[in-house]
Amino acid sequence: MQFEQPLWLQSGASLHNYMLMYETYGTLNADKSNAVLVCHALNASHHVAGEYEGVPKSLGWWDNMVGPGKPLDTDKFFVIGINNLGSCFGSTGPMHVNPATGKPYGAAFPVVTVEDWVAAQARLADELGIKQFAAVMGGSLGGMQALAWSIMYPDRLRHCVVIASTAKLSAQNIAFNDVARQAILSDPDYHGGDFYEHGVVPKNGLRVARMVGHITYLSDDDMAEKFGRKLRDAAEAGAYKFDFGVDFEIESYLRYQGDKFSEYFDANTYLLITKALDYFDPARAHGGDLAKTLAATKAKFFLASFTTDWRFSPERSQEIVQALVTNRRKVTYAEIDAPHGHDAFLLEDPRYLNLVRAYYGQVWNEIKEAA
Amino acid sequence: MNFNDLSSARPDLAFIAHWVPSNSHVLDVGCGDGVMMDYLQSDKQCSGYGIEIADDKVLDSTKRGVQVIQQDMENGLAIFGDNSFDTVLCLSSLQMMKHVEALLRDIVRVGKEAIVSFPNFAYWPHRVALLKGRMPVSESLPYEWYDTPNVRCATITDFRDLAAECGLEVIECVALAEGRRVSFLPNLRGDLAVFRLRKKATH
Repeated sequence: MQFEQPLWLQSGASLHNYMLMYETYGTLNADKSNAVLVCHALNASHHVAGEYEGVPKSLGWWDNMVGPGKPLDTDKFFVIGINNLGSCFGSTGPMHVNPATGKPYGAAFPVVTVEDWVAAQARLADELGIKQFAAVMGGSLGGMQALAWSIMYPDRLRHCVVIASTAKLSAQNIAFNDVARQAILSDPDYHGGDFYEHGVVPKNGLRVARMVGHITYLSDDDMAEKFGRKLRDAAEAGAYKFDFGVDFEIESYLRYQGDKFSEYFDANTYLLITKALDYFDPARAHGGDLAKTLAATKAKFFLASFTTDWRFSPERSQEIVQALVTNRRKVTYAEIDAPHGHDAFLLEDPRYLNLVRAYYGQVWNEIKEAA
Repeated sequence: MNFNDLSSARPDLAFIAHWVPSNSHVLDVGCGDGVMMDYLQSDKQCSGYGIEIADDKVLDSTKRGVQVIQQDMENGLAIFGDNSFDTVLCLSSLQMMKHVEALLRDIVRVGKEAIVSFPNFAYWPHRVALLKGRMPVSESLPYEWYDTPNVRCATITDFRDLAAECGLEVIECVALAEGRRVSFLPNLRGDLAVFRLRKKATH
């Protein structure tokens, strides 16, 4: 959807004439009360569920969560997936032409925040005639958007579903993000962000950025179990190579992940999104008092964290829960004992998925009772 | 859920529910399948949360529309502020705690009033079992000694001492047998002890 009216950003900059890509699943009911907005995390998009016809391997990023008969059941709910500004999957981003210069934005694309994204999402909701979402939902960075919705537009959502997320990044989180950014910024192919016109991509930087990021998504135990100290070439009977190539399985895996990522992801987008993560801290405007910050909310909350997630650990979710109970908000919180680290929020785990299903069952009951 | 449903499912909870005022803010520590909070929310317009550690019970509570917070109550109630609830319930779960005294102190810290229940170890069939040289196994203590989740055994008289030790005022103390109040020889004839407590007023 194209938007003509300028969007003023937190940084003071603005975007004129921008595009937001979105996808919908299910049917909006007559009183428009069954809409659920699903917000994406770092490397995902508006393509939440299902497979594009004739396009193999095009399964949506949260297909185990969203779809007919799934925990977020599209036979009941009208689900909207939206691609955020600055992304590289169709919504206006740094690879698109800046109308002011006639050239791709590159590094000149304004730094966008979680709140900016939410403001843009709200405009899309306006256009679709959705005054109030049944729920706004997201995992990780997507959870931050859901939380921001509950603060910025308290009357526009009845439920806020925040999975494996946090109300602010820790110094360690920011440090990892900066290593990733430095990898990109110091790649000679980055060209100050204008690599498009040089016909190159800072692949090496993106690759290292993804490798660093990927480490933080997995748990130590999970890595130990999947890879341990296994060597790549079993044929060589466990001999080390005594060079700087690939010895261990884990090296091979991370390089593969990095290579794959650098094929499809945009370096400027990576910089933008990690910056949005770093800046998110809604309590900053309230002297760091999260309880005061969440006093504005009206939604009911569902939060879940995963025990082995050390990127956004259960403690981060507990802080949000504590701030919510201080305000006597309705909140359900689950701490799922899962071995897969931060990535667990995207994986198959019946305890987790059944709980989300049960929660949406309640959301659905409310819609039916109101009808 | 209405009172009759609760009465037939859990007569002990139905008795205790009388002590929870309508519209009060309640914390149910060890809420299990959420049946008590479900009743208090739907029939007495109470608000609040259940705390539960077990995955299956967190799911049951959520299905009932009870706001449940998954955490180990053994770690205390630090996320809740002082006097943030009108009533804190801890029903048939205190005896499973290693740190009973610490939890009891935390319960009365966050609640203006607390209602605590636990199996009365001095119930006469338990005494008979012990006289016969066996650990009691009964409807209220349905476990063998080697697989019981109950790590603390107490009698009504014992708990009174702990309440005094913690500086608590016993507002009411009732022994129940099969969910009904026992007035004559309660420490002998009651299988469930129920205490209604609050902090002693400080002068």
